[in-house]
Amino acid sequence: MKYEMVAGLETHVELATNTKIFCACTTQFGGEPNTHCCPICIGLPGTLPKLNEQVVNYAIRAGLATNCEIPEISKMDRKNYCYPDLPKAYQISQYDKPLCLNGYVQLSNGRKIRLTRIHIEEDAGKLIHSHGDTYVDYNRGGVPLIEIVSEPDIRSAEEAKEYVEKLQLIMKYIGVSDCKMQEGSMRCDVNISVRPVGSDELGTRTEIKNMNSITFMTKAMEYEFSRQVDILESGGEVEQQTLRYDEVSNTTSSMRGKEDANDYRYFRDPDLVTIFVPKEKVEGIRASLPELPDQKLERYINELEIPENDARLLVKYRKVAEFFEKASEGTKSPRTAANFIIGQIFSILENDSAKEDFEIKVSAESLNELIKLIDDGKIKMNLAKKTLSKMLETGKAPSELIDESDMGGIDDNTLNELCTQAIQSNPNAVADYKGGKTKAIKALVGFVMKNSRGKADASAAEQKLIDMIE
Amino acid sequence: MNKNEGKISRISRSLMNKEYSCTEITNKYLSEIEKLNPQLNAYVNVTAEEALNTAKKVDEKIAKGEKLLPLEGIPMTLKDNISTKGIETTCCSKILEGYKPIYNATVWDALSRCNAVLLGKTNMDEFAMGSSCETSCFGGAKNPHNTNHVAGGSSGGVASAVGGNIAAYGLGSDTGGSIRQPASFCGIVGLKPTYGAVSRYGLIAYASSLDQIGPITTSVEDAAIVFDAISDYDSMDSTSQGRRQNATDSLKNPIKGMKIGIAREYLDGIRDDVKSAVLDAAKVYEQLGAEIVYFDLPALKFALPVYYIIACAEASSNLGRYDGIRYGYKTPKYNDVNDMICKTRSEGFGREVQRRILLGTYVLSAGYYDAYYKKAQNLRGAIVKAFKNAFEQCDLMLAPTVPMTAFECGKAVSDPIETYLTDICTVPVNIAGLPAVSLPCGFNSKGMPIGMQLIGNSFCEHMVLNAAYQYEQSVGADIFKTPDVGVSL
Repeated sequence: MKYEMVAGLETHVELATNTKIFCACTTQFGGEPNTHCCPICIGLPGTLPKLNEQVVNYAIRAGLATNCEIPEISKMDRKNYCYPDLPKAYQISQYDKPLCLNGYVQLSNGRKIRLTRIHIEEDAGKLIHSHGDTYVDYNRGGVPLIEIVSEPDIRSAEEAKEYVEKLQLIMKYIGVSDCKMQEGSMRCDVNISVRPVGSDELGTRTEIKNMNSITFMTKAMEYEFSRQVDILESGGEVEQQTLRYDEVSNTTSSMRGKEDANDYRYFRDPDLVTIFVPKEKVEGIRASLPELPDQKLERYINELEIPENDARLLVKYRKVAEFFEKASEGTKSPRTAANFIIGQIFSILENDSAKEDFEIKVSAESLNELIKLIDDGKIKMNLAKKTLSKMLETGKAPSELIDESDMGGIDDNTLNELCTQAIQSNPNAVADYKGGKTKAIKALVGFVMKNSRGKADASAAEQKLIDMIE
Repeated sequence: MNKNEGKISRISRSLMNKEYSCTEITNKYLSEIEKLNPQLNAYVNVTAEEALNTAKKVDEKIAKGEKLLPLEGIPMTLKDNISTKGIETTCCSKILEGYKPIYNATVWDALSRCNAVLLGKTNMDEFAMGSSCETSCFGGAKNPHNTNHVAGGSSGGVASAVGGNIAAYGLGSDTGGSIRQPASFCGIVGLKPTYGAVSRYGLIAYASSLDQIGPITTSVEDAAIVFDAISDYDSMDSTSQGRRQNATDSLKNPIKGMKIGIAREYLDGIRDDVKSAVLDAAKVYEQLGAEIVYFDLPALKFALPVYYIIACAEASSNLGRYDGIRYGYKTPKYNDVNDMICKTRSEGFGREVQRRILLGTYVLSAGYYDAYYKKAQNLRGAIVKAFKNAFEQCDLMLAPTVPMTAFECGKAVSDPIETYLTDICTVPVNIAGLPAVSLPCGFNSKGMPIGMQLIGNSFCEHMVLNAAYQYEQSVGADIFKTPDVGVSL
């Protein structure tokens, strides 16, 4: 029997607010343990939370960017559980009235992954185990999170990967999070079950907790998929449980079974008042949203006529897209800028995170200037490429690198002269060409280009050389 | 007839007139505390040094001829659940042994900024859970009228200190009657403000949706002065709104034509001596030109169960943080972290607190939530609505504060259910978030004080205190009488 994966993700995203969700402490990552804390975020007796409005705004922003509805009324609840990293023994979260409902994220294969909800909550502190002792650091306690809960619409580890990357991209575009998984500012819990292909029923699911890398998440999902399939194939039953994934052995193991599931005793937090979200506020936030990745992609393909694969590469990194748009502004074809970026510029950026950071010495204005020189016929592509290389090394503007004398092409007489010289100086190449080795003409073109300091038009030179020889 | 005079303005006047210095008055209080506290057990922590330092500052101000604020230099006390920076704040629980807050409660911040002289922290039922002050890990506070009787609870220490004249006034907290009941037992005045009138920031929570800080005083005028000083919007408490109107300015308004309602349910199961004292007070109001109207308020019968479900549910969550990791008591011997938390809580919390944590955990548990907590929330809505309707028929409501007078020491602890029943008249206003003042209205045959309460609509403290003041002015010091102990000025 063939099986398919049915998965839903709970994605925690740390919001990039300056201060924590219920107090004025900084949200900065790191810091000496317990230095980003105050009476409120360590839950000292008598303290009260005060909701950071920016957190609400960011969550609504995230909701609107993922096609959610924003109900007018929302509230905060307490999720009670006891653990040393949770200083109040409850987490302030949202239970039955989240800020955002019923959204979706669309994958490149056209499938929509529905979002059940997005809610806001506070992060917990961190336990540090050292020399047989356990310490607790509350710096992260009270850092604002949104939890994005998807429906069980994901059908493969590949889709899960794309879904998470898409969320990351959207959150970065709208500026609500840096989504750095390695710093824990984005983490996922995966709910996963299997069922025979064609079935509509949901199987018993397991939950893999705290995935903080997309690579390991896909591995864990693939492992868990085959583990569940193996159980069913051998006539067994999948047990509902919470799992942890071990990266070294690439296996999942049980954290707790169904009977040990926590009873969180959710109830409304009496310390916080109802959150009213007027329609005007929602529309204000909607109006402030930037163009989203999907909209950009469509525009690049349809209006700017960028090939789809290239367009995806540009949209994939927010800073790249911004750079591209500035560099191509007012140029004849946006494809020129796209080609420079994807070709020459990407070749010096080693990996994804380098592209993400996009720290290069060339400004978009400089590249724009360079492309306009090409557009105006003042320089040829060859020279432009060389100049860009120098720009990437030195950070200088094209005007500083290209002499007046380099500008403009060469006239016909000069081209005639250079071609004649080329033929005279390379008898072997001429002979080869005449003997049928048409490629030999390239050597002659190279001579012309070199001696014109790149200013000659390579194709015109080639035609002229062929005419002369024949 | 002798009028019952306000103590705060009297002390303030003698300071300004240089009749006494603030240091002299403070020392007077401190020495009376030393003498009386062994019997009353009102104070659990006397802060003499802090008090004298403040007194010195006030004396310097007076010497410079500067004007004093209304509460400046007045010796007072705080219930031990109000956070005081650097001063132990224990909620009279072993679990908070040695805990010194690193910040001030907003109310104390406001009072200390105007140089209120803090004599010390006063006794209370552990985490404000109790009606006799006897669940305190320090033992109960005693009634200044008769030390064989309890001072009441949970703010028993404040009531005992103020009633015993070893503090000019104090701040307590009222979750289900914890200001009004001990004020009633000790024959003094206690105001439970509207939920949201006074900031809760720094009040160690028992039940967050019910808790409210308020004054305990020997006169209505004092209650108004203190209320005006502490009721303000506080950005640190999202549920705070501040007062709507200044109460002190309204005290002398005539109450002719005011409609005072009596809900018959409030008179059910009330001891005869208490009932007749309250009805006598109603007659005084009629003489003052008010109109007494009777009506039924059937929703009141749900108040007690609703209160115990909601209060315990919130408490079970609020008290989860006492795990021995960051502050307070920690068990000396344990195997692992779970064992440590378990033992710390079992050893640190008293029986009543453990009982309420268990009850609260139960009513919030999956499978029981709908039957208890959710139902209680719905009924809470019904009670709020019932009061709203009642206030369409009257301006204020009059009721007994407690169905009886102060019980003898040791009685409350033996039967928790019967003790819970004594809260029947006080809990409804907490559930509805309304303001109510308890004030003395007589003595029983054994000389123990009887209290009545005036209940107002939301943010109508000025009306409640106005009516209380008019009664006080009318009956005078025969009724508003504290025992002849402590500091007399």
